[in-house]
This record gives sequence, structure tokens and C-alpha cells, in this order.
Amino acid sequence: MKLKKLIAASSIVASSLVSSMAMAADTIKVGVLHSLSGTMAISETTLKDTVLMMIEEQNKAGGLLGKKLEPVVVDPASNWPLFAEKTRELLSKEKVDVIFGCWTSVSRKSVLPVVEELNGLLFYPVQYEGEESSKNVFYTGAAPNQQAIPAVDYLMNDIGAQRWVLLGTDYVYPRTTNKILEAYLKAKGVAEKDIMINYTPFGHSDWQSIVSDVKKFGSAGKKTAVVSTINGDANVPFYKELGNQGISAEDIPVVAFSVGEEELSGFDTSPLVGHLAAWNYFQSVETEENEAFIAQWKKFIGDDKRVTNDPMEATYIGFKMWAKAVEKAGTTKVDAVEKAMIGITVPNLTGGTAVMNANHHLSKPVLIGEIQDNGQLEVVWETAGTVIGDAWSDFLPSSKNLIADWTAPVNCGNFDIKTAKCSGQNF
Amino acid sequence: MLRTFCLVITLLMSVFSASAYSDEFETLVQQLPHKNLRNITPVLTQIAEQDNEQVRFVLTEALNGDLYYLKSNKQVVSIRKTSSGDYTATQIIGGQVLQNQSKSDMKKIKTSNSIRSEIRGLLAQIDLTHKNKNVRLGAVKQILDDPSDDSINLIKARLTQEEDADVVELIETAIAVNQLKNADDETKLATVEQLKQSLEPAVRNAMVAQINRLNEIDASELSATQKQLKNELNKAIESIKQQRSVYEFIENLFFGLSLGSVLLLAAIGLAITFGVMGVINMAHGEMIMLGAYTTYVIQQMFPQWIDYSLFIAIPAAFLVSGFVGILIERGVIRFLKGRPLETLLATFGISLILQQLVRSVFSPLNRTVAAPEWMSGSWQINPIFSITFNRLYIVIFALTVFFALLAFMKRSSLGLHVRAVAQNREMARALSVRSDRVDAITFGLGSGIAGIAGVVLSQLTNVGPNLGQSYIIDSFLVVVFGGVGNLWGTLVAAMSLGTINKFLEPVTGSVLATIIVLVGLVLFIQKRPKGLFPQKGRAAE
Repeated sequence: MKLKKLIAASSIVASSLVSSMAMAADTIKVGVLHSLSGTMAISETTLKDTVLMMIEEQNKAGGLLGKKLEPVVVDPASNWPLFAEKTRELLSKEKVDVIFGCWTSVSRKSVLPVVEELNGLLFYPVQYEGEESSKNVFYTGAAPNQQAIPAVDYLMNDIGAQRWVLLGTDYVYPRTTNKILEAYLKAKGVAEKDIMINYTPFGHSDWQSIVSDVKKFGSAGKKTAVVSTINGDANVPFYKELGNQGISAEDIPVVAFSVGEEELSGFDTSPLVGHLAAWNYFQSVETEENEAFIAQWKKFIGDDKRVTNDPMEATYIGFKMWAKAVEKAGTTKVDAVEKAMIGITVPNLTGGTAVMNANHHLSKPVLIGEIQDNGQLEVVWETAGTVIGDAWSDFLPSSKNLIADWTAPVNCGNFDIKTAKCSGQNF
Repeated sequence: MLRTFCLVITLLMSVFSASAYSDEFETLVQQLPHKNLRNITPVLTQIAEQDNEQVRFVLTEALNGDLYYLKSNKQVVSIRKTSSGDYTATQIIGGQVLQNQSKSDMKKIKTSNSIRSEIRGLLAQIDLTHKNKNVRLGAVKQILDDPSDDSINLIKARLTQEEDADVVELIETAIAVNQLKNADDETKLATVEQLKQSLEPAVRNAMVAQINRLNEIDASELSATQKQLKNELNKAIESIKQQRSVYEFIENLFFGLSLGSVLLLAAIGLAITFGVMGVINMAHGEMIMLGAYTTYVIQQMFPQWIDYSLFIAIPAAFLVSGFVGILIERGVIRFLKGRPLETLLATFGISLILQQLVRSVFSPLNRTVAAPEWMSGSWQINPIFSITFNRLYIVIFALTVFFALLAFMKRSSLGLHVRAVAQNREMARALSVRSDRVDAITFGLGSGIAGIAGVVLSQLTNVGPNLGQSYIIDSFLVVVFGGVGNLWGTLVAAMSLGTINKFLEPVTGSVLATIIVLVGLVLFIQKRPKGLFPQKGRAAE
């Protein structure tokens, strides 16, 4: 009797082993490299769920190349060196075919050498400071010319801003973006004395002096606008102080690059109404694709109050593009997919189509929205067509001669058009 | 019968005449749902020109974003949220009130910043005759900052009827600024004399613009009047600049004191547990956090009483944090007496547990704590100097808590026991003080005050699981700098750290200011290890 049971049990184990091995051979592995704990978990968990939702949808539609997709989720825990280790694990141990991941620039910089060394494929879905293009990375978020520069154009031409305050948290993304913006403003004829730049530490909470300075700077008779690259938590006390000191969006509008629907859901939005944000996607845009996406997301996450945001759309576009490229290439081999990716188009959720360019950046529309009291953003301005993402800013002296082109004959991420030389990667 | 008939006729007639009278207004309002951001402004401008008592209401609603239209019949309505979460919509035309409307049946009449500032300009012209003095002042201020020929003519006309001295003065300033821009040099000279005392930014900007104009003319070509004007302008600008720098100094001082008050509130509980009892409590920050979350819970429980929620939250937070404090003392710290390293590690562990607890219960996302009406806004003392109410109340509140605590320690018998145990535990016990009980109460008191600090911080910063961590270092700094075991030292240390920080910030930027303060503090502690006000005598050993 006992023996019988044992045999039965072992046969079950064996059969399940066999079936799981068969599964493994028949699946395409998709690595998900987003922090699920630590400070970035708030933002990154959403993206992990987005990738899982896309995989589920793709599998329902029959998978890819006749195989099912299998997600491999790891947690780099908001720890930058751990991002590199987890990437190595995904590529050499799990042998994933593609990775969707990273949020902060520092985590991407930490992952970069590993994906290049092991020839992996990374889709990076967040707006960033540019000045980079790797053969192994596709950047589906906005480059500075797809977010910061159009926002400044809007403030300059439509709002008539003449004095500029650039406020930022003290780290690489705000510093590089502000450097580009400063050069851009000066090229547009804005005088040095009409630009004020200020950096604050992470999580800064006492904004009295800075807001009072902004107020004084803005009372000189010229229309003043604030361009904010203030990150995360520090935004709440900043906007509160603006409200308390009586600065309304009509007097001094603040355009933010890091405040979206997800961030706004943790704010008391009343002091923010009328201030601006620049993105490539807003949940409030009414298109069929977007409504379907929002409905799908709410159903997948099982919460009617959850919002969608720009990095989610970037993840969506990246995933769809990768799936199309795999089908086009007929394989999941990195080199073939990388070649197939260039020129792939996917409809944007906000209308129009996104195109993957030879510099591994997207062409996307740019939207400016005003914050509403319900935490949504209403579009008040958008670019006429799509804007091609520029890997190397034309407004920085160090990068204005550089281009990225991953097609023959250039095949280089930082090609100097003056000297016609490829300087290789420098990160 | 005849009578009723007549009545009906008269009623009908009055309705008709009224509708004919405001016909154009109605047509204009009905156009609003069909307009978009680009072409709504002309309609609003036309509405503002109508002679209808509802004009002001429509514009104000549009400004506040409460103007909607019903999707079903495109009727323009103004909406109000009810306490049950749905909306009451009042039709602008006809005044019919529709209860229990959902937002999905309505669409907002969209405005943008530029449209809203247009509306503000339109409203200012209407509000010049408003019966409330402050509304009139606001309207004139709006015209002063953003003048047009029309609005200047309007305020000139208003000047003859205006009776209130403040409004008259502001109107005169606005007219003078206009003259300074447009009149001939003789008149300008007279206006400079008149405007010399005004601190309005618009006045200074107009003066600077005139100086720049005169500077462009070659010195030899200046007429005598122009030279004199230039002289007078320079003098006036210089005197305005001096006044401004005085107010800037006062402003910085206030900012410093308000930052100091926040530090004081965060540190004063630690001054008791660390200063008086000598327990290194790394979970102090989490006591603050618990206080902030208590405020959140109170607001969730009584959503209709947001304005009074803080008054309930203060005692509630004191009790919650105090109770948790007593639990920690009884459950952990008393077994580790005299082992500072173990206490440090154990309380650090507790702080992690509490953070995770909050994360699991309330989610890792920040919670929204609303600010009561009376805490928002600022007190405009003069055109260039204002004090925000929330900071003002916090300064007053912090000092109140400090002196109450001081009185408790100095005057009450329990305070006497606390001090006795702190100075010499054995001797106090010999004199029949129950030192265990005193320990628990002292720790509870310190934690409770940290909870109160949390209520205050919930008004200033994010309420999230990491709230406490941002204040624990600052709190230790203040206590060590002030001298361990000395409440007055904590007060002086908090205020001076706040003020130094705020005076450095405009010069060095906030990143460098923090570093300079820290380096300065390290050097100071090197020189005087016991802080500003060291304890003297045998108790200090």
C-alpha cells in the first residue's frame, strides 16, 4: 500500500517535472527589472504590473512565434548596484530574451555595462536627460527635446514668459536637463539675469525661502515661469508653500516634468490646480485606444481608482514594438530583434503613431496639461505632429556634433559628424 | 376669477419682459458649451459686458472651475459637491436646481491659465463697485499689476465715488504709476514725489523702466527736467531698496524662527527621553510619524470637520504616541538600562517595525492630510512682506508646548520626581520615588510630545512611512547642540540652527547651507562637547 502511494506520488512529481521542462523549452522569457521595495517601489511597481498585463494579453492572443511568454520578475530593491547584479542574473542564469526595466537614470547607468557585455536587450520606459544611446537599449520615454524644450516653448510663446526659474532636486537628471534648458534659453535671447537656478536636496521640506525668492524674482514686472525638475516627495511641501504664499498658476505657472497622475494621487491637489506638467501621455486624452487601455488596466489591477501615466504608456509602446519586431525577425535573438526594431510603428494611446528611430529613441507627440482638482491633467497645448527623440542635445557644446545611428554605415551611438569618428561608448 | 386671470397675465408679462431683457446674456451663456480653449475668451468678454446680476456669478464660477454643462441637453450649470459625494447642479438660466448629479453626466467648461487671468481682469472691472471693501482693494490691485487703458479710465471714474481711504490711496497709486509710464516729464517728476513711499512692486518696476529709458539717452542731451527726474528716480529707488532690505531681513528672521519651531517641536520630545532619561531612542522619529498618521485617521473619521480636525488630532496624537512610547519603555527599554549600544540597536529595530507596520496598514503611498481653511493663506502686512498663517501658528504653538512642558518639569510634583530620578536614581529611590513608574511616564511624555510634532508636520510635509527618518537626525543635533538635559538649551539650539540655516540659504543655496551648518556643528562640539548649556554640578558626571 505504502509502496503504491510512493510510486504514484513520484510519478506525479516526475510528470510535472517533465511538463515544466517542456514548458521551459517552449516559452519566451521576459525579464522584469523594476524595484518592488525601497524608495522607488511606489513608481516602479506600477510598471512591473503593466508588463505583466501586457504579457497576459499577448499570451491570450496566442503568444509569440507560437510560444507562450513567461515573465521573470526580480526585485532590485531601489539599490543601484543590485540592478547590475540582477541584470546579470536575468541574462546569464535565467537567459531571458528581453528585459523591461529601470526608472532612475542612475539605475540605468548601472545596468548599461552589463547588458552591453552580455548582449542583452533593455527597454527603458521613463523620461530621462538624454546624452546616451546604446546598441542594447531602446529608450521609449522622452528625451529632453520631447518634454523640456517643448514645455519651455509653450511658456515662452503662449504664456509669454520672459523670466525663468529652474528648480530641481540635486542629482543627474535635473542638473543635465537644466544645463540644456539654460543653453536653450540663452540661445533664444534670454539674459543671464532673467534666469534663476536653484537645487535642493532629496526630500526637501522647508521651501519658505526659495518660494519667497521666486516671488521676488517674479515681481520685476516681467512674466515669470518656473520649470521644475523637483523629484517625488519634495513636491508636496513645495506646492503647499506656493499656495500659502499666494502664488497662483496665473501669476507664476510651474511646469513640472516629474509630476504625473500617479504622483498626484497622493497629493491634496487643491493648491496645484492650474499648474502644468509636460508629458507624452495623459490619462484624460479621449481616444479609443486609451479608453481600452485604461479599462484593461483597471480590470487587471482590480481597483477602479488606479490611474495610468506616461511611463506606463512608454512600457506599453515598448512591449508592443518588441512583440512586432520579434514577429518580423522570426526569432528572439538580440541582434536580429535589434535590427528589426528600427522603423517599427505602434499606435500611440493618445493618437498618431510612435516610430522607433535609428537612434533607438521614439518619435512621439508632446502634450502640456494643466492639473485639475481631481488629480487629472487636461491638455492645453500639444505639438502639431510627433517629435523625434534626440539622444544627444543640440544645445550642449559637448554633444552638439554627436548623433546616434544604429543602422549601416554609421552603426554608432555617439558619432561625431565633424570628425566622422565613433568614440565608442562612454558611460 | 377675473382677479386670478389678471394675476396670471401680469406674472406672464413680467417673465416675458425679464427674458427679453437678458436674452443676449442667455444666448451667450448657451454658447459656452460649444467653445474650446481657443475661442472661449471673446464669449466671456461679451458676457462681462452684459447688464445682468448673474454676470459676476458666471465669471466667478468659471474662474473657480465650477462651471459645467449637462451632457444630455447642454444646459450650463454651476455645481457644488455635497457631503454625500455627489453634486448639486444649479442651472445658470432658469435657476433650476438638480440634486444628486454625477460628474460623469456633466462636462467641465474648460479654462486655462491665460483664460483665467483674462477672467480676473474682467472681474476686477466689475468688482470696482462691489460693496465689500476688500474685494474692491483686490480689484484695484489687479488693475495696478495689469493695467489697460479701459481699466485706468474705470478707476479714474471710481475715484470720485470711492469713500474708503485705503482704496482711494491704491487707486491714486495706480493712476500715478500710469502717469509715470505715459505722461510728460514734468508730470512724471511730480508723480515720483508722490510714489516715493509706496512699496508696491509695480511702482518700483515703473521707476526702473523710467531710469532705463533715461540711461539710454546720452547725458549731454538730457533736458534739465530729465536730469532732475533721473536724480529723483535714483533717490526714490534707493530708498525703496533700503526699505525692502529691512523687510527681507525680517522675513529671513521669521523663516528662521519658523524652521526653528519645527526643529524645536521635533526635538523637544527627544530632549526629555534622551536629555533627561539618557535613553538613545532611535524610534523617536516614528513617534512623530504616528502622530501624523493619527491626524490622517481623524480627518478620515470626521471628513465634515476638517477645520477643527487639528484640535481633536493634537490630544489624540499625544495619547497614541504616548501610549506606544510607554509600551516600548515597559516592553524593551527598561530591560536594557545602562546599555546604550543595545538600547540604540533595539530602538532602531522598533523604528523599522513601526515603519513596516504603517506600510502594511496604510499602504506605502503617502497619505493626503488636508489643511484647514484657517491654516491656509497669508497675512499681507505690506505689499512686499507677508507671513503665512500656517508658519505663524506653528511658531506660536511650538512656544506654547515648550513653556507648558517647562512649567510641568519645574512646577509639578511629577516633574520634580522626573528631575530627581534623572539626577540621582538611587537617592531618589531612597526617598521613596517610584523610579520605574517615573521612567515609564517620562518616556510616554516625550513620545506624546513627538506625536504632537507629527500633527504639526502633517501640515507641512508628506505623511508617509519615512516621515520620521527625515527628522530623527535633526532632533539629535538640536539636543546635543543645546546641551543634553537642558530644555532651554534645546530652545536656543533649535532657534539658532533654524535662523543660521535660513540666513545662509539665500547666499549659498540649500544644499550647501545644510553642509555648512553640519560642519559648523561638528567643530562646535569638538570645542564644547557638552553643548551650549552644559549641565553643571555633580549631576553632570
